Amino acid sequence: MTKAVVQSWTALRPARRTSVPEGSWLRCPSCAQMIYRRHMETNLHVCPECQHHFRIVASERVGQLVDPGSFQSEFDGLQSLDPLGFRDLKAYPDRVLAEQLKSGRPDAVLAGECFIKGRPAVLCCLDLGFMMGSMGSVVGEVVTRSVERALERGLPLVIVSCSGGARMQESGLSLMQMAKTSAALAKLDRAGLLFISVLTDPTTGGVTASFAMLGDVIIAEPKALIGFAGPRVIQQTLRQDLPEGFQRSEFLRECGLVDRVVHRHELRNEIARLIDYTGG
Amino acid sequence: MPATMSTFYQLEFEKPIVELDRKIADAEASGSVNGELSSLREQRSKLLKELYTDLSPWNTVRVARHPNRPQTRDYLKMLGRDFTELSGDRRYGDDPAIVTGFARIGEFKVLVVGHQKGKSTQEKLDCHFGCAHPEGYRKALAKMKLAEKFGVPIVTFVDTPGAYPGLEAEKRGQAEAIAVNLREMSVIKVPIVSLVIGEGGSGGALGIAVADRVAMLANAWYSVISPEGCAAILWKQANERNNSAAADALHLTARDNLKLGIIEEVLPEPAGGAHRDPAQTAATIERWVVDSVRALKDVPPETLVQRRFERFRKLGRYQEVQAPETPVQAPEPA
Repeated sequence: MTKAVVQSWTALRPARRTSVPEGSWLRCPSCAQMIYRRHMETNLHVCPECQHHFRIVASERVGQLVDPGSFQSEFDGLQSLDPLGFRDLKAYPDRVLAEQLKSGRPDAVLAGECFIKGRPAVLCCLDLGFMMGSMGSVVGEVVTRSVERALERGLPLVIVSCSGGARMQESGLSLMQMAKTSAALAKLDRAGLLFISVLTDPTTGGVTASFAMLGDVIIAEPKALIGFAGPRVIQQTLRQDLPEGFQRSEFLRECGLVDRVVHRHELRNEIARLIDYTGG
Repeated sequence: MPATMSTFYQLEFEKPIVELDRKIADAEASGSVNGELSSLREQRSKLLKELYTDLSPWNTVRVARHPNRPQTRDYLKMLGRDFTELSGDRRYGDDPAIVTGFARIGEFKVLVVGHQKGKSTQEKLDCHFGCAHPEGYRKALAKMKLAEKFGVPIVTFVDTPGAYPGLEAEKRGQAEAIAVNLREMSVIKVPIVSLVIGEGGSGGALGIAVADRVAMLANAWYSVISPEGCAAILWKQANERNNSAAADALHLTARDNLKLGIIEEVLPEPAGGAHRDPAQTAATIERWVVDSVRALKDVPPETLVQRRFERFRKLGRYQEVQAPETPVQAPEPA
C-alpha cells in the first residue's frame, strides 16, 4: 500500500535506541517478572516463572505440535474477496492486504497433514496475527476442507482455535461459515472419526459457537479466555462485575464444558495419547 | 446483542405519516366533507408506500424491531390451528424465548420452533427480549428430534437480537448449545423451513435456522452482528451516524441476503410493515410455509440431508490463487 504516514515522535523513538537488541527482555503480563525472551521462546512461549501461556502464531503452534518436517501445508491458495464492498474506517481489501503483510499469511488459518509423534493427522490452526483470527469465507472454507480431508483419508482431525469470532467484514457470509463447518463436522462424526478441539487464548464468538465446541474431546490451554459473548459485552448487559476467572479454561472445566486443561508442554503428548485411545 | 432494545413506537422516518394521521383524525372529528377525507387517506397510503420502498437499512432494522410487530405467538394464533405447546429441554429448564410445539398449518402437521421477544413488560423480561439461553436452543433441538422421529416437518421463525450474553448463559454452555444445533440440524431427516420474521441476530438466529429453505420478511434483518455492535467495534463508537453506516456496510436487509445467496426468498410485507396488517402478513407466511413444505415433503430423507448440506457447503466467497511454491516452514520444536 502506498500511503503517506505521518509518524509521531513516539512512533519514531524506539528505532533510535539501537544499542540494546530490540526486546531481548520482556515483562510477563501475568506475573510482572522480567523474563529473557529467548528463555520464554524455548519454553514454548510459556513464562518460565509463572507458566503464563503467551499467545502464539499458527506457524509456531504447528512447529510445537508436529514431528519435525512432517507438516504439509494445504489450501494456502485461498484468499479473501470483498463480496460486500465493506468499508469501515478502512476498506476491507486494504485491511486484508495490511494483515497479510503483517502476518505473512494469506488469511487467519494454517492447515495441512502432519504426523504427531508418529501418528498421521490433519491439523488446522487459526492465527490470531491475522485480523484476530476471525472467521470469514476463507477460514470457514479451510476448516471445512480440513474436515473433508480427514474424512477422505480416514485421519483424526485436530483444530487449534484462537479467534475473536466471525469476521464482520463478510457479514452474513461469515455467519454461514458457522453452519458450513458444523455441517461438515456432522459428517466426520457420523463416519466415526476423531476430532480433537484445542481451545487457546482467546476463543470467542462464532468460532466457539460452531466447530470449536464440537470436539469429541475438548482440550483447553490454561487460563485461556473461552466464551460465546465477550466479557465486556456481558458486563455491559449485566452491569455488574464478573467473578474472578470467569470464562477461563479452569472455569469451563468446572462447568463441564471442556474435558481437560492441558499445559502447552504436554499438549503434543496428550493429543497423541487421545489418538491412541480412540484407535486413530 | 440486546444492548439497544429501542422502543420506537413512532419511527423517526414515519413523522410525515403521523402528521397526516393527525390531519385525518381532525377531519373525521370535525365531520368535514367526504372528499377531503378520502383525499387525505389516499395521500396517506401513497406516502406510506413511498416511505417503505427503498427503506434505508438502518430504518429497516427499526421496523424489524417495532414493538407492535407480530411475533411467533401472534403468527401461531393467526395461521396455526390446534397449537400444542411443548416445553422444556429435559436438562435444565424451559426458556420462554424459544417457543416450540406442534401445530397444523394449511394441510400439514408441523413442528413450530420460534423466538419470542414478548409483548407485555413481564413477558419481555421472561423472554429476555428474545435472547435465548442454552436451554432454549437445547429445547429447540430436542423437539426437532421428536419431529424427526415421527416424520413431522419443521417450521422455524427467527426473531432475536442475538443469543443471551450473560453469566448464566455462559456457564451453561451457550456456545456449545448453538454449535450442537448447527451440527444436528444439518442432518435432521425431515424438511426444515426457516423464516426470519424480525431480527436475525447472528449465531442466536442461525441456531434455529439451518434449513432446507430460508426466507425473510421484507423488513427483517439478518446478519453476523447488530449494527450497534458492529459500529461499537469497527467505528469505535455506536451513535446514530455510525449505526446507520454499519447497517449499510453489513448488507443485512432481505434483499442483500438474497443477493448473497444466504436466503432463497423475500416475502413481501403490507405497505407500512407487518405491524400495520398482521393478518395479511400471516396469510403470506402461511402460503409460503405450505408451498415450501409441499415441495419438500416427498424428497427422500437422504437426498434432503445431502441437499441441505450442499446448500450451506457452497456459501462463502473467496478466490483460489496458486499456492506459494515453498510451503510455510514450521520452526523446529524446542
